[in-house]
Amino acid sequence: MLKFPIYLDYHATTPVDERVLEAMLPYFREHFGNAASRNHSYGWVAEEAVEKARKQVAALINASPKEIVFTSGATESNNLAIKGAAEMYAEKGNHIITAATEHKSVLDTCKRLEKRGFRVTYLPVRPDGLIDLDQLRDSITDKTILVSIMYGNNEIGTVQDIRAIGQICHEKGVLFHTDGTQAAGKIPVDVIADNIDLMSFTAHKMYGPKGVGALYVRRKNPRVQLVAQIDGGGHERGMRSGTLNVPGIVGFGKAAELCQQLMPEEMPRLQRLRDKLKDGILAQLDEVYINGTMERRLPHNLNMSFAYVEGESLLMGVNDIAVSSGSACTSATLEPSYVLKALGAGDDLAHSSIRFGLGRFTTEEEIDYTIGKVVEVVKKLRELSPLYEMVKEGIDLRKVEWTAH
Amino acid sequence: MAYSEKVLDHYNNPRNVGSLDKNDPNVGTGLVGAPECGDVMKLQIKVNPETGVIEDAKFKTFGCGSAIASSSLATELIKGKTIDEAMQLKNTVIVNELSLPPVKIHCSVLAEDAIKAAIEDYKKKAAAHAGAAQSA
Repeated sequence: MLKFPIYLDYHATTPVDERVLEAMLPYFREHFGNAASRNHSYGWVAEEAVEKARKQVAALINASPKEIVFTSGATESNNLAIKGAAEMYAEKGNHIITAATEHKSVLDTCKRLEKRGFRVTYLPVRPDGLIDLDQLRDSITDKTILVSIMYGNNEIGTVQDIRAIGQICHEKGVLFHTDGTQAAGKIPVDVIADNIDLMSFTAHKMYGPKGVGALYVRRKNPRVQLVAQIDGGGHERGMRSGTLNVPGIVGFGKAAELCQQLMPEEMPRLQRLRDKLKDGILAQLDEVYINGTMERRLPHNLNMSFAYVEGESLLMGVNDIAVSSGSACTSATLEPSYVLKALGAGDDLAHSSIRFGLGRFTTEEEIDYTIGKVVEVVKKLRELSPLYEMVKEGIDLRKVEWTAH
Repeated sequence: MAYSEKVLDHYNNPRNVGSLDKNDPNVGTGLVGAPECGDVMKLQIKVNPETGVIEDAKFKTFGCGSAIASSSLATELIKGKTIDEAMQLKNTVIVNELSLPPVKIHCSVLAEDAIKAAIEDYKKKAAAHAGAAQSA
């Protein structure tokens, strides 16, 4: 039995796994202690639970538990990593390198630092969504202190060559931060093998609760230091003050453990369903374009542009499927996705995209239904589309004088 | 965002979808908007040259649900009207009828522009036709 709306927006967030919720529940009422209370068993029990979770989270990415700093989520982790490193190493240099397709919590953090006198290089991406490694190498100067390149992209699912990027950074003696929000728990991430110094990730993208995330901070080769961005009781080895969210952290730990256990079967299962979705749509519709490379891609991501169909009307037609569009037509500015624009997609194609994110609870029946529905709606909207009609008449749309408004 | 019932109705059952023969001297075609802005409307009218009455109207729209609904409603509003009456149609009529939110008002403006463009095209063709008839 299909349950509507079908959820295919797992890049936005994921439901809490039942096993995760079960693990969390005792820490709301029975074991409600403050993990920083050292004088009684309420505190000890809470601390013990946090330390168990720290081990589980660390194990997922091959880190040591002492290298995990719990935060409120990946946005905070990105802020702490970039601002914290920039402030700590400001005497060494003032240059940061990132990429045009990063999440806003990286880009806007960098913009903030630019106002404080830092210089930021925003690397472009190639049409396949990946950065050019030679360009990265050439961009590093003796003033560069940090490179921040995301692991897997939240819109187009492209997976950067993190290991090679980390190696370049280490050769040049520059710290490497990666936003691992979409990758951790989904594909194998190994901070040692991948040469990562700092990595942000979050529980709610891996079937854990919202409001809890982590920053991996490398402790040796090199030992990374950060200036705290939240001051207070000196929790998390002074890097992030604030009473620990014990139930959330316990849930994060359980979620990380489950992801690690299930990954060997989940990755191929989701990739097969994703490919079925892709092939099913491509077989029945012409002029559909895949955004970002299929070669290096998260197994649960698909991002497609449907030429001559506008994104918002497409989403309106598939309203029994929960997906996201790259077009933000609801805003007065009509700005299409900056990620798709960075790939060099024309604005028209950027306006016509759908992001599908599959996950742990996605079924074959849901994918079959989605293929049928998307094909039906795109066909209907193309019947309605003057652009599709013009193209079929042989008119070159680029040569039409449009009345932009 | 939530759409009004009327927008949903026009989106699900658009009225007067299709195309008229753009080479017919009695047909006026308006094409407004731009693909990179996310909406393009093509609105066509067939005018009775004796009476100036719009006897048929068709549209095709690339755009969001509100743009589709605005152009669908526009064809309904102008059918049976004279071109002079249709020229007076204001976008606010569409805004009110469809309960468009502020961010979607540009859709109604585009529909008004499409009507005007179609009428202008018809008039231009009619004038050229009359000129050609005289010189013949």
